[in-house]
Amino acid sequence: MQALYAQLLVGLINGSFYALLSLGLAVIFGMLNIINFAHGALYMMGAFVAYFLLNLGGINYWWALLFAPIIVGIFGMILERTMLQWLTGLDHLYGLLLTFGIALIVQGVFQNYFGSSGLPYAIPDQLRGGMNLGFMFLPIYRGWVVIFSLVVCIATWFLIEKTRLGAYLRAATENPTLVRAFGVNVPRMITLTYGLGVGLAALAGVLSAPINQVRPLMGADLIIVVFAVVVIGGMGSIMGSIITGFALGVIEGLTKYFYPEASNTVVFVLMVLVLLVKPTGLTGRAA
Amino acid sequence: MPDTAIAEAPAKAATGGNILQVRNLEAWYGESHILHGINFDVNAGEVVTLLGRNGAGKTTTLKSIMGIIGKRTGSVKFNNQEIIRTTSDKIARMGIAFCPEERGIFSSLDVRENLLLPPVVRAGGLPLEQIFDLFPNLKERLNSQGTKLSGGEQQMLAIARILRTGAGFLMLDEPTEGLAPVIIQQIGHTIARLKKEGFTILLVEQNFRFASTVADRYYVVEHGKIIDGFSNAELAANMDKLHTYLGV
Repeated sequence: MQALYAQLLVGLINGSFYALLSLGLAVIFGMLNIINFAHGALYMMGAFVAYFLLNLGGINYWWALLFAPIIVGIFGMILERTMLQWLTGLDHLYGLLLTFGIALIVQGVFQNYFGSSGLPYAIPDQLRGGMNLGFMFLPIYRGWVVIFSLVVCIATWFLIEKTRLGAYLRAATENPTLVRAFGVNVPRMITLTYGLGVGLAALAGVLSAPINQVRPLMGADLIIVVFAVVVIGGMGSIMGSIITGFALGVIEGLTKYFYPEASNTVVFVLMVLVLLVKPTGLTGRAA
Repeated sequence: MPDTAIAEAPAKAATGGNILQVRNLEAWYGESHILHGINFDVNAGEVVTLLGRNGAGKTTTLKSIMGIIGKRTGSVKFNNQEIIRTTSDKIARMGIAFCPEERGIFSSLDVRENLLLPPVVRAGGLPLEQIFDLFPNLKERLNSQGTKLSGGEQQMLAIARILRTGAGFLMLDEPTEGLAPVIIQQIGHTIARLKKEGFTILLVEQNFRFASTVADRYYVVEHGKIIDGFSNAELAANMDKLHTYLGV
């Protein structure tokens, strides 16, 4: 039983990263119509920024949670202004290729300087140790990652679905021309949306640094699974991507316990099944 | 209806002054050249109607004024300011509001969100109570999804949401299209009341019987040009010509 709970926890942790990343992808896709293949590289940059802040600036984990998403978000907004904005109106394939190229370049640069092995990033003092829950031992940092991710996901959902700013965003996703003709600076909103999506990826990177170490290819490994999550959940839906992210993490964890051989492929098998039954994904709208 | 609304509305100039001046306006959709030199004027406080057959260029004229046609040349002056190269968000903030033919109700927003979506661009817009006074149906359906409304209610919502922004110059693209006579009548009353409030309205209509109940002047658009213009008083005398123009 202990092993089952441990795998469930691992599943929830992975699910947290899936949810944060697929949420950002969904927001970006909705607004920019771009399948952001650079998402994994930006997640990795979030972890590296946290590493640099600590080792070069002596800035601790808690500030990194704030600054890394802002710094990487600004980097993302520069990408959007200088490159992605020119793809408006073109086929999805162009955005996918461009962002894939950006991912390769960013990862290549980091690999050049840091190799492929991981750099250590210590768990902050306040979150060290663990708790005995009776039925299992819970490392505090891992519990923190799950809860914090959940809070961030729900806050993002609230921002988009329940606020005035979110109403602009949803409206501009449907009909950017009309929203602009109402007096909203839609191009600026698109840039900020990309920054938000990228910031979420960077935040996931910071959260992951103490668990998975900081590696140039950490995002490349993760992003393939995240895209499968997005396909299963459906690109258009915010809540859908959050729930699917956590659910698939848990399913993966359960598979590790019951049939470990399939744990790396279960997400893709599910993806194929969903695509056969409902090509727009579980919660997706038809394109 | 309180008459003070007119005094409180700086966006709406006194009747008579030229508010919109369109000169030699040309516009393109991709490769196709739609407008071939449109010339007309709108005075403050007027209701002016563009008449013409399908595909004549009426909608394109409105969209070009609003700045949402990619390629456009010539001159559009709003309150004596050139806006031919201005982006649509800035044009909106100068006080022009557009109600598109397809209504543009957002399905992911409820009625309240749709109504409150367009940002207030200046003081002097209609307060919500007055809007609900004009369109009582909307008040009862505030929490419905925007696209769950009937066609008539969607049209009312599309007009209602641009009334509270403070824009004094409204462009309505075929507001009566596909609606039942009783709703067309309600929209007619609304336009008459907005005119009394001091709004300037540029209307596109296929239904000139409806237009004749609200308009001060008419322009006829054909093949991307204005080919004729007359006032409401001259309508009867121009009826035969008009039948030829519109092919009815």
